[in-house]
Amino acid sequence: MSGFQRFLQNMGQGFLEKVAAFGRGSLFIWSILAAIPSALFRFDLLLKQIYVTGVLSLPIILMAGLFVGMVLSLQGYNILVEFNAEEAVGSMTALSLLRELGPVVGGLLFAGRAGSALTAEIGLMRSTEQISALEMMAVDPLKFIYAPRFLAVIIVLPLLVLIFNALGVFGGYLVSVSWLGVDSGAFWSQMSSQVDWQEDVLNGVIKSVAFGVLIAVIALFQGVNAIPSSEGVSNATTRTVVHASLGILGLDFILTSIMFN
Amino acid sequence: MTEKVETLIEIKDLTFSRGERKIFDGITLSIPKGKITAIMGPSGSGKTTLLKLIAGQLPPDSGEVFVEGLNVHQLSRKKLYQLRRKMGMLFQSGALLADLNVFENVAFPLREHTKLPEEVIYALVLMKLQAVGLRGAKEMMPSELSGGMSRRVALARGIALDPEMIFYDEPFVGQDPITKGVLVKLIKTLNESLGLTSVLVSHDVDEVMMIADYICVISEGKLIAEGTKEALLNESTGYVNQFIHGLPDGPVPFHFPNVSYTDDLEGVHTGKRGLK
Ligand SMILES: Nc1ncnc2c1ncn2[C@@H]1O[C@H](COP(=O)(O)OP(=O)(O)O)[C@@H](O)[C@H]1O
Ligand SMILES: [Mg+2]
Repeated sequence: MSGFQRFLQNMGQGFLEKVAAFGRGSLFIWSILAAIPSALFRFDLLLKQIYVTGVLSLPIILMAGLFVGMVLSLQGYNILVEFNAEEAVGSMTALSLLRELGPVVGGLLFAGRAGSALTAEIGLMRSTEQISALEMMAVDPLKFIYAPRFLAVIIVLPLLVLIFNALGVFGGYLVSVSWLGVDSGAFWSQMSSQVDWQEDVLNGVIKSVAFGVLIAVIALFQGVNAIPSSEGVSNATTRTVVHASLGILGLDFILTSIMFN
Repeated sequence: MTEKVETLIEIKDLTFSRGERKIFDGITLSIPKGKITAIMGPSGSGKTTLLKLIAGQLPPDSGEVFVEGLNVHQLSRKKLYQLRRKMGMLFQSGALLADLNVFENVAFPLREHTKLPEEVIYALVLMKLQAVGLRGAKEMMPSELSGGMSRRVALARGIALDPEMIFYDEPFVGQDPITKGVLVKLIKTLNESLGLTSVLVSHDVDEVMMIADYICVISEGKLIAEGTKEALLNESTGYVNQFIHGLPDGPVPFHFPNVSYTDDLEGVHTGKRGLK
């Protein structure tokens, strides 16, 4: 076979594999969505997943929110002070956080913290035959394992992002008011006059829900399709973080261009 | 054989492939009710795969599997899950749920499938743990158990819903001689006291010979022998002889299918630089 033929063959095969993977992925998402109503009846399972994905991600979200807000307002102050507009630092920090940095940085951290753990957990459950054992005990893994995790991620991420934003604003306050001496009243009044409920807060929440869906789908799909060995699971975990991070950044651009144009 | 035996599981002309490899190439066998049937074959011959085909976890390429007269692969998801409540499966690794302790693992099927009050569940779980001799380990987590203990807990979980049939996937692999003895005895007593049908997949000839009523030997995707253990022990030629007596080479080749050794060394098929 000539080199060119082989090239064509590889191309074709690669394409078919992508199509097949896409098909399997869509089917998987559909079956999870179909299982969500019954997952809602299992409040115990959902609550546990909310704890595992959400509460355990809180420390990193709190710390990161604080630091991001502090850095933002420090940089903002340095620029704004040249135009004698340092009082706008509060609104600048809040807008950056609500529109972009909250959902994006919060999403990236969440993908690294909870998304990777999800993939690893499911990959391990499969490689130790726990999923097969559930099927044999006539317990549907879709309802028992996948749907509660999917739902938990989508519920938890917007809340974490809101907390991230709140801590960011607090960090900005610490730096600009307590440290750099911006007037406290001006800080808050500028912020509340500039921030629009629908345009900024709501759009940020919509973004974080979208990122939650993205992370949940990628993490679950990678876990379910991981090769059941320690190497396979660790590769799948890495893929979750990489795909979810790039996905978040790409999706953010698309959403921003729809929302703020 | 004068007594009339009822058939519980019937496999008809089953084929199954993984990629290019045919794992089963037209297997037909039946498993009698109330007995211990062993399915033997070298590792990689598809024993685990066969159990998953019987339980409907994998779809066959062609052929049929009947359990209690129901065609497993034609059942709706709901009917299949109903059928599985009558099945217990002991996986090679035990497959206990890692985040639940021993008691909760055994209680799990009861909690999921019954609405029994807590006292009844408690009593049932203790009874099942007592049957496998691990009542004292009820507070332990799966990560604290030895391999043999995990399998016994998994066994207690497998019989929690009083199944009609139970499948054992290589229960003796990697166990010390004492644990093997314990498991042999457990499988035998459970089969008798609970009136189970047991299907035992294994390549441990000695242990299988101690408990199995019937033995099927599979190799290279085919059923190559079937019968009572006495009949198989008397076989002195061919696959069965090689397998039962543990001979390294014979009709079942020692080597995985391959091109000839010299061709390979010379790089004839790969086009890579060989020893030429
Ligand atoms: N998930 C899988 N994907 C691809 N091949 C598999 C998978 N599981 C098992 N196999 C292959 O199928 C064959 C039979 O496997 P298995 O049923 O586990 O054998 P046994 O239990 O008799 O050792 C083996 O060659 C194995 O490599
Ligand atoms: Mg096996």
